Amino acid sequence: MYREDSSRYKKFSRRAMILGGGQIALFGLLAGRMYQLQVLESSRYKMLADENRINLRLLSPPRGRIMDRFGVPLATNKENYRVLLIAERTRDVKQTLEALGRLISISEHEHRRILREIRKRRSFVPVTVQENLDWRKVSRIEVNAPDLPGIVIDVGQSREYPLGAESAHLLGYVASVSEKDKVRDKSSDPLLELPGFRIGKSGIEKQQDLRLRGKAGNSQLEVNALGRVIRELARQEGQPGDDVMLTVDLGIQNLAVAKLRDKKSAAAVVMDVNSGGIIALASVPGYDPDAFNTGLTRKQWREITRDPYAPLTNKAVSGLYAPGSTFKMIVAMAALEHGVVTPEQKVFCRGHVELGNARFHCWKKHGHGWVDLNGALQQSCDTYFYEISKRVGIDKISEMGRRFGLGRVTGIDLPNERGGLMPTSAWKKKRLGVPWQKGETLVAGIGQGFVLTTPLQLAVMTSRLASGKAIKPRLIHGVVSGGVTHPVDIPDAQDIKISPELRQLVMDGMNAVSNTQRGTAYRARIKEPGFELAGKTGTAQVKRISKRERETRVLKNKERPWKDRDHALFVAYAPVENPRYAISVVVEHGGGGSKVAAPIARDILHETLKRDPSGYRKRDDVVGDKEKDRKA
Amino acid sequence: MRIGSADRGPMTVGQKLWQVNWSLILFIIILTGIGCAMLYSAGDASWNPWAKRQLIRFGIGLCLMIMVAVTDIRNWMRHAYTLYFLVLGLLVAVEVMGVIGMGAQRWIDLGVIQLQPSEIMKITLVLALARFFHGASLEEIGRPTFLIIPLLLVAAPVVLVLRQPDLGTAIMLTMTAGVIFFLAGVRAWKFGLVVGAILAAMPLAWTLLHGYQKKRILTFLNPESDPLGSGYHIMQSKIALGSGGVFGKGYLSGTQSHLNFLPEKQTDFIFTMLAEEFGMAGGLLLLGIYAIVLIYGFAIALRVHNQFGRLITLGVTGTFFFYVFINIAMVMGLVPVVGVPLPLISYGGTAMLSLMIGFGFILCAYVHRDVRVGRHGSGGED
Repeated sequence: MYREDSSRYKKFSRRAMILGGGQIALFGLLAGRMYQLQVLESSRYKMLADENRINLRLLSPPRGRIMDRFGVPLATNKENYRVLLIAERTRDVKQTLEALGRLISISEHEHRRILREIRKRRSFVPVTVQENLDWRKVSRIEVNAPDLPGIVIDVGQSREYPLGAESAHLLGYVASVSEKDKVRDKSSDPLLELPGFRIGKSGIEKQQDLRLRGKAGNSQLEVNALGRVIRELARQEGQPGDDVMLTVDLGIQNLAVAKLRDKKSAAAVVMDVNSGGIIALASVPGYDPDAFNTGLTRKQWREITRDPYAPLTNKAVSGLYAPGSTFKMIVAMAALEHGVVTPEQKVFCRGHVELGNARFHCWKKHGHGWVDLNGALQQSCDTYFYEISKRVGIDKISEMGRRFGLGRVTGIDLPNERGGLMPTSAWKKKRLGVPWQKGETLVAGIGQGFVLTTPLQLAVMTSRLASGKAIKPRLIHGVVSGGVTHPVDIPDAQDIKISPELRQLVMDGMNAVSNTQRGTAYRARIKEPGFELAGKTGTAQVKRISKRERETRVLKNKERPWKDRDHALFVAYAPVENPRYAISVVVEHGGGGSKVAAPIARDILHETLKRDPSGYRKRDDVVGDKEKDRKA
Repeated sequence: MRIGSADRGPMTVGQKLWQVNWSLILFIIILTGIGCAMLYSAGDASWNPWAKRQLIRFGIGLCLMIMVAVTDIRNWMRHAYTLYFLVLGLLVAVEVMGVIGMGAQRWIDLGVIQLQPSEIMKITLVLALARFFHGASLEEIGRPTFLIIPLLLVAAPVVLVLRQPDLGTAIMLTMTAGVIFFLAGVRAWKFGLVVGAILAAMPLAWTLLHGYQKKRILTFLNPESDPLGSGYHIMQSKIALGSGGVFGKGYLSGTQSHLNFLPEKQTDFIFTMLAEEFGMAGGLLLLGIYAIVLIYGFAIALRVHNQFGRLITLGVTGTFFFYVFINIAMVMGLVPVVGVPLPLISYGGTAMLSLMIGFGFILCAYVHRDVRVGRHGSGGED
């Protein structure tokens, strides 16, 4: 037994040693694995642990405001009160919703959406019940808070346009970021990924978006495995967007819109002739910018896009119109500069001109008789311009047009600007494959045919004529960044390459249009001394008048359907001496320029002179005072 | 035939208490203390719901341990089979009337406490096998037919536990039994045969595994394949461990544990939490204390003069080792996820009690190290 036991013990001891050795080896394996995870790969796991627990939440910065040149807000941010429901804070979601429904109406559809969202989300995630609450509703909910467990009022920000539809084309609107926007935006701004973030989609909101947007802040939140926020670890405030001040004077802008409002479709642009600053830029009809902010229904979208008056188009920069007689200054200057006519040389108008088999009519059926340059502008004699355009040729006319800013985009800070067209013989050959016809020069000579301009270009043309400077239209007056206003530098405009005498001849003609009895816009003159304007009417024919019509009777505008009526145009600058402001007005299918467009332009221009947004008079006074001081 | 150490005659309870290896108990208390500290952390700096109850159970366990230690080892020998079949009966009872818990039938409700017979079986199986091999000579053990009865003793509870289904416990039972077979002197080639048979039976076993068990094994082989499903636990555990670094994030400051990224942090994944908060230093320290306890086991086994006591001591020590190794290897992604707690640290009543009883037997063997144990538990030789 003893021997037996001792041999068993020996075997036991030996095997116990093996067992112990194996256990030590396996413990070594555990220690090695610990070293691998906690030392060698530790940094990787530390990163993963932080990724687990730290949730970076972007804080969207407040969007910069848009103001007029005097600081009057045009686009601002308003507090947007929302009611949220946090399911875990109420014992009975349905009962809470019912109680809330007695205070603010919740539609059946909304009710279902809320319940669906609550079911989908974790119980501590707030679900939006209603947005854009007014103060009455907010206070009603606050007062009843004890009966509304789980209901929270939250303040966000939303864009507000005090001017509503009337500012829509100029200011544009903001809306949620689309997939296309993300592709197009090269800034790769993380804000674009933020749900509910809105960017400028049109107008100044779009063009100045990066400036207005600001920089995203962020908040590092510690979250648990369920995503519940435990605490904030760090917070970096964003940088609010800069405020943008426009050159626009809200007073004039409102007046321009008011004057155009009863027209179905029209545009007007008021400019400072020396700086190119846009004082007003109006296009009617407008659209409601808030509708895009909150989202359009399909029906609303269909209505807007099918509207024959194209409310979404900013006609001041995107509307292309034959300039009609407002183009005659360009034709006159081209002819004078190339010496094909002298100011005194007269042309006989008998109501029409013949070229080959074609007959070109003057607007005055029985003709103007003998007219010189001044008279031709004054009475807008078509025959005279047929004659001189035939002499100078289309290429020279177009070249002159380009010098005055026509035929290409002006580069204004607004989206979708169009360049219009200054046709040349080479252009036609290339584009249409057929040579230029002489008759087409005649048609272009009265601003019809291929010639196309935007209302903005017409205002630029008039400004350049009045100032002799190659000014460019500007919209940004200054930028307010961190409470400091930085005015935008106005680059010195170069002189336009045309002799001042020649320019003066044409300006005299415009003066005659408005301030002599036979002038086409005499009835739309400014009577206040010192404020007189010099203008030019234009009536652009939309539909060709057939020979048969001419033989029987040309229908009056009112007798024709709206689409076939003439466009009414008027361009002007004022005062006649030392011009300060220029205007162009286009009323689509409005009828005659002198009757429809000129009075509107007169009223706006007169008010602009009185308000003097650029402060010319003040500056003159300062200069005057200094001179007085010197004399004294 | 009385040779060797002196027979001191029957010892009084007082003498036995004096003989108890108190320094081993000290290390057991240290381990439980660490466990309670971790449970306090797991409860977000609160004694509730885990730390306090664990302490109370430890107190009960300590009493049971001492009681087991001072009971004459021959009594245990005599009743080894009785106890075995009693617990086997409980396992069958679990089959019949077990309460569904954690998706598996593991608990039996005794009214006052809920009992997990499979945990107790780990000890009673050691007892039964030790008794069986106590009287067996190496010659007998060499006969393959002799091994049929002990194999049946192992197979019965393993099959019952697998049916619950509790793969972790089944593996533990098998491996503990393997340790006793090995120490008793079963030839090495027989183990090779069994391992070979198991490998051959793998494809068949695969079809018998439950869906979640298969998934666990697949996930273990490639945890990144399913980072939000079954792989989630092990990924989060590795992240917690790795992010702990060398010295950890500090007590009560483990982000993975306290923000609930870590699953079951009070039970199976408590080592992860410790290693996150105390780093590799803490993990190695714990491993060191475990190693000391194991060394005590081996040292005691080599000093015991009866085969029954020796086999019990190393059987329980082996069980203890497998607990530690499987649990830590699991949370570090070395073995598939199986439900094995970390001994004396993880929260759990039955595991704590069965472990304390197990240590009771080690102490009992130590106290009665010089007692001669007869073939059937009678005193003296036969």
